[in-house]
Amino acid sequence: MPLLKKKIQDADLELVIGQLLRYGVLLSSVIVAAGGIVYLFRHGGESPMYHQFKGEPSKMKEIGPLWQAVWRGEGRPLIQLGLLVLLATPIARIALSVVGYLLEKDYLYVTITVVVLAVILWNL
Amino acid sequence: MTILLFTAILFLGALMAGLLGSLTGLGGGVVLIPLLTLLFKVDIHYAIGTSLISVIATSSGAAAAYVKEGITNIRLGMFLELATTAGAIAGAFLSTYLPTSFIAILFGIILILSAIMSFMKLKDPDDTGSPGLLSRVLKLNGSYPTPAGKLSYTVRNVVGGFLMMNVAGIISGLLGIGSGALKVIAMDNVMRIPFKVSTTTSNFMIGVTAAASVGIYLKRGYIDPGLSMPVVLGVLLGAFIGSKILTTTSTARLKILFAVVVFFLALEMIYNGYTHKI
Repeated sequence: MPLLKKKIQDADLELVIGQLLRYGVLLSSVIVAAGGIVYLFRHGGESPMYHQFKGEPSKMKEIGPLWQAVWRGEGRPLIQLGLLVLLATPIARIALSVVGYLLEKDYLYVTITVVVLAVILWNL
Repeated sequence: MTILLFTAILFLGALMAGLLGSLTGLGGGVVLIPLLTLLFKVDIHYAIGTSLISVIATSSGAAAAYVKEGITNIRLGMFLELATTAGAIAGAFLSTYLPTSFIAILFGIILILSAIMSFMKLKDPDDTGSPGLLSRVLKLNGSYPTPAGKLSYTVRNVVGGFLMMNVAGIISGLLGIGSGALKVIAMDNVMRIPFKVSTTTSNFMIGVTAAASVGIYLKRGYIDPGLSMPVVLGVLLGAFIGSKILTTTSTARLKILFAVVVFFLALEMIYNGYTHKI
């Protein structure tokens, strides 16, 4: 039986993009909230210091040290991981569009989205 | 003040910012940065990084809903992201080299512009004139659902809109706001797109624009988890509540109140920048 192969359309792409954005934001807020509870539990009684810029330690900026700190059960790195998931959400949206336009065989938009993706990733 | 209290107050502030931002369409970032720098005396670069994170959160959350309704012009958004991401990266680089007092003054000026913008009556350009070559090649012309059925529209002046978006991107990366107002001007006044399409498409692009500059702020250590945690959660919750009550409340009076607040915050930012207190 010849299965009617459904043509990928813009509407399908829109649906998947909507889902991706929703779940990305949801996942990141759950991780951030979990990290926040640990952080407040451990450091809630200390004083905040944000008057002057000091810069974050490398475990907040590099994925390797960050990951190790998360596994040690530290709160702030876990929050930072949640923020990275949030940052990854719109980037994943672009990556998904590249695939979508490839399936639609819209090579002009494959090129446009690949360039946007490259510009963002190159600067990470 | 302890971290616990600081976090609780910041969470409530962010909640209000997210709620008012979504009800008035001005966005949360415009009040977050004055709140952080003026009230909590947070260094402005930390404030910008934190605000950018919240911009990604709210824009992605709202975009999810709009995209599903089919109002957003995704191709137009993707194409203009070329301009905004390049601008955002340039803006983020600039931001770390410019003196903070200058950033504060520029922020105040943009804030006043956004407040004024929110009162401009935006009329739909009922425009079905012949589209230019560029918008046809790029497949930018589209249609969107209205109560009276699907309505088609054409996109004008693609080059002008693209350049305007580039400026919007720079402002976004430099100041840590979504600069939705500038994006809407570009699409509404320059490219002559229906209001509903331009607001939702602008919102769709804001997340990607912010993501482009967040990478740079992150690498330089301007994204602090202790600040971002209450702000992201607060703004998200506020925006969510706002989207739920949006249909039931009249927003006209609220908009005036909010614009007045933003205006005074802007003046204070400019004053503090001028006297080098920021």
